[in-house]
Amino acid sequence: MFEKTEITLDELRHLVSDRALEGDTVLLNMGPQHPSTHGVLRLLLELDGELVVHCIPDIGFLHTGIEKNMEAKTYEKAAVMTDRLDYLNTVGNNLVYCLAIEKLVDLDVPPRAEAVRVILTELQRIASHLVWLGTHALDLAAMSLFLYCFRERERILDVIEMCGGQRMMATYLRPGGLWRDVPVEFEEAVRQILKDFPGRIDEYEAMLTKNPLFLERTKKIGILSKEDAIRWGATGPTLRASGVAHDLRKTQPYSGYEQYEFDVATQTDGDTYARYVVRVEEMRQSLRIVQQALDALPYGPVRSNNRKFVPPPRAELGTSMEAVIHHFKLWTEGFSAPKGSVYVAVESPRGELGVFLEGDGGPKPYRVYWRTPSFANLQILPLLSRGHLVADLVALIGTVDIVLGDVDR
Amino acid sequence: MDEHISAAVAALTDRFGAQASEFRGQFSLLLAPEHIVTACQALLDEFAFDSLAGQTAVDYWPEEQPRFHLIYLLYSFQHYQRLTLRVPINGNALSLPTIENVYPSANWYEREILDMFGVRFEGHSDLRRILMPYDWVGHPLRKDYPLGYEEVQFSFNYDEIDARKPYARE
Repeated sequence: MFEKTEITLDELRHLVSDRALEGDTVLLNMGPQHPSTHGVLRLLLELDGELVVHCIPDIGFLHTGIEKNMEAKTYEKAAVMTDRLDYLNTVGNNLVYCLAIEKLVDLDVPPRAEAVRVILTELQRIASHLVWLGTHALDLAAMSLFLYCFRERERILDVIEMCGGQRMMATYLRPGGLWRDVPVEFEEAVRQILKDFPGRIDEYEAMLTKNPLFLERTKKIGILSKEDAIRWGATGPTLRASGVAHDLRKTQPYSGYEQYEFDVATQTDGDTYARYVVRVEEMRQSLRIVQQALDALPYGPVRSNNRKFVPPPRAELGTSMEAVIHHFKLWTEGFSAPKGSVYVAVESPRGELGVFLEGDGGPKPYRVYWRTPSFANLQILPLLSRGHLVADLVALIGTVDIVLGDVDR
Repeated sequence: MDEHISAAVAALTDRFGAQASEFRGQFSLLLAPEHIVTACQALLDEFAFDSLAGQTAVDYWPEEQPRFHLIYLLYSFQHYQRLTLRVPINGNALSLPTIENVYPSANWYEREILDMFGVRFEGHSDLRRILMPYDWVGHPLRKDYPLGYEEVQFSFNYDEIDARKPYARE
């Protein structure tokens, strides 16, 4: 099976037009070490003067074999790897993985845990959009916005650190609920964010939304039609900016999203500016959801009481032999999931983040497949960039909002 | 069962001899590899499964017949419904037709399956490795591909790990 495969030049010839072979167009490498590629994305460009004829993405520089590694860990231990996929949306990755396990083994989640999950995922969505907004504006030469966005993002990461102990990669969400209850300062910190952020988003909009330089760079750039968006598997803001009002939080609600009132931000132009408008509006809608979830935050346990899947609290270990047995079994062997497969998807800041989880009756996942939104959305880049200037390509990489950890897994 | 899903499931069972199954409220259809393109076309045209959310494979090594199951995760933007297609593939004849012409997004998914499992797709427009370096040897997500460290043995999995441990045997 270990046959060595060599790629011949003929196999790559179809990627560029005939003009490139005659020397009529220029082949140019962009990345992997290019600041505007937001990580390690390499693009092979075929240029006619300054116009992009073909754009061939080359990915895999950040491939860490997360799917393979997860197969070798127990269900609960594998959860730490999910944070490393899309490192701007760590809570969302935990959420979808926990939902998949809960579906596979049929585990309940207490209402308080669900509400905290919603609050943190929505805050994380805002944080992710802030990074996108800052870097997107930076690519288009608006330096100051980057600093403001990162200042605000740090406030959200502080809340996540308060709960899980780390700014990123906290693995705070666990199968069956949360690692522990939120601290007492949590509510006040989130309320302060809810108070400050609407004004801050207005500030960003004042800098960009009607800025003629920004409009020049984004209007009518990279237009994606509704049909192409669906056919090519685009999801999230990229899809919604093309006129499809589709949001998994509305169409297939999970974690109690059906209780909250919010609008699905939609635009019809399908260009870079429309995607900007959609994401900014999404930040406001996320704040609305957080407000409702925080106001109605129920009291109670934050982790399921099912001892076959959830380890007992530390205090029980001193008094109950059964608790000691459960503790030992869960931390050595882990819990077993039945034979069967489930596919669960959530709306991440970038689109549909899905996990296909297959169990084989044992304590480790037999197969974990991550359907990541960045991978699917990046596939559209060649389509978007055709016929645009190289300078606009920078705006287009920003507008599909890829995270290379999410693309390469 | 939802009306839309049940119609699609009934049609595929009827026309292509697919086997339907349900697990935790999700439907999947086991389908022979020769029908995959026509089945996808029918689902797209008649049942509005207009997008391919994802595509992957599962390796059931050391079983050889069938060794792989290809998984097609379809989604309908009109009915908000999901349907999974499973296509068993023999471990000795690793190829099947591409569905790139039905769902363009399959382009990269199929490249990833080639890269990770070594399954070839006939008629694919650009079948190269996508994540691993182009001169990489082997297909990492196969079950017989080593992970690169030694697993901890417990009583419940002692024999299973022992069987695939590299000992200096006489």
